[in-house]
Amino acid sequence: MAARVITVTSGKGGVGKTTTTANLAVALASLGKQVICIDADIGLRNLDLILGMENRIVNDIVDVVEGRCKLRQAMIRHKTMPDLWLVPAAQTRDKTAVSPTQMVEIVKELRNDFHFVLIDSPAGIERGFRNAVAPADEVLIVTNPEVSAVRDADRIIGLIEADARKLPVRLIINRVKADMIRRGEMLSPDDVIDILAISLIGIVPEDEDVLIAGNRGAPDPNSRAGQSFRNIARRLMGEDVPLERLDNSGNLFQRLARLFSG
Amino acid sequence: MADDAIAIRGIREGLLLTIKPDAGDWTEMVARLSARIDEQRAFFKGARVALDVGSRPVIHHELDSLKAILSKREITLWAVISSSSTTLGAARNLGLETTLVAQSEQLDTPAINPEEPGKPGVFIDHTLRSGRTVRTNGNVIVYGDVNPGAEIVAGGSIIIWGRLRGTVHAGANGDETAIVCALDLAPTQLRIAGYITVSPQDKRRKPLPETAAVRQGRIVAEPWNG
Repeated sequence: MAARVITVTSGKGGVGKTTTTANLAVALASLGKQVICIDADIGLRNLDLILGMENRIVNDIVDVVEGRCKLRQAMIRHKTMPDLWLVPAAQTRDKTAVSPTQMVEIVKELRNDFHFVLIDSPAGIERGFRNAVAPADEVLIVTNPEVSAVRDADRIIGLIEADARKLPVRLIINRVKADMIRRGEMLSPDDVIDILAISLIGIVPEDEDVLIAGNRGAPDPNSRAGQSFRNIARRLMGEDVPLERLDNSGNLFQRLARLFSG
Repeated sequence: MADDAIAIRGIREGLLLTIKPDAGDWTEMVARLSARIDEQRAFFKGARVALDVGSRPVIHHELDSLKAILSKREITLWAVISSSSTTLGAARNLGLETTLVAQSEQLDTPAINPEEPGKPGVFIDHTLRSGRTVRTNGNVIVYGDVNPGAEIVAGGSIIIWGRLRGTVHAGANGDETAIVCALDLAPTQLRIAGYITVSPQDKRRKPLPETAAVRQGRIVAEPWNG
């Protein structure tokens, strides 16, 4: 196996990086891929919570780089999805506990054993972001249809484009509300693409079920957002899955009205 | 009494004092400048000043004594602009800047046709995203967009083959003949020399190629219409 190393980042906090990482990992694993997630958000670890793996953490990534354990001993296997693994972040310490070079070394050890290595980046453009991007083969930018999130995404894309490795960058627009776009109260995906001018790999609708599933520690692949993440996973694997229509919400009457008006 | 031989203007970095060639010899000029400052002490107090002496050669001790005269009045001289190598050398010896904006990389590609007078510039072949900046004493050409949060500061003009949505400053060394043009001129803020303007807030506007220039003491945008 030769793993693809994909870093999920955004610049701005709270746009859904960790949720995206968790959902993509679950989707890829359920599609039969060997997947390992690395939580690069040292000091503020969350990915283990969303994946429901917190209570099984013994060692973390800082223990690995400081030689207290082998990488194998920090890897946790998901209870119900045997193809899904996690290397948790440390909850103590901060981003400076790990260097970009050490991240590259850790990922190098994993490359032969997995199809996908997904790295969950912390917010910001500092050390934590550099740690997360250092071992990447490709980058997924998560943004929301909000000017501040788009501005930060633009900044991050600029930083990645300035990198000599010329990593491929693709965009996920998360937490899209079709009814607000219809009322002209939210940037549409077209508006976002217009500014960021990078290729779009998926649009994820705002979905309460994601929050509920995250609190429960079990991403729900059957929720609306879960289906969008699953489609993104299939696009990552090279399948040609058309982008979802945004307006499949609303009741039957509204949908019929659209059908006849349009 | 206004003294036309010494022009004083506010720039981004503080004050710019431009000494005209008819300001008399150095001693006379310094006397006139001191008088001018003393007339408006409160205005100058604590100011950061850049001095443009044109082609006038100024030697080390002349510049040093001027610096002392200014600092006695709580004015900091931080840059000297001149086309004279004597002046520039003296300024560098005193640890002063000799440009208002950071030097860009060497621009020494000779023109193929030397009959046509050209001006040096920086060509950017990609979109400038948020947080990226270009600073040069020359002109800037961007083949791509200038996104919100990006910044260009140029001594000369700025030409953008794309959308301008970031912040640009043309003629940053005081050149009021500098222009800014873009296929869609919608900057966060646009400056030419000492003038500042912002784009009108109109969401429904159609993209339109425009040129911004200083006309009668303010920045105006004129549509390009073939």
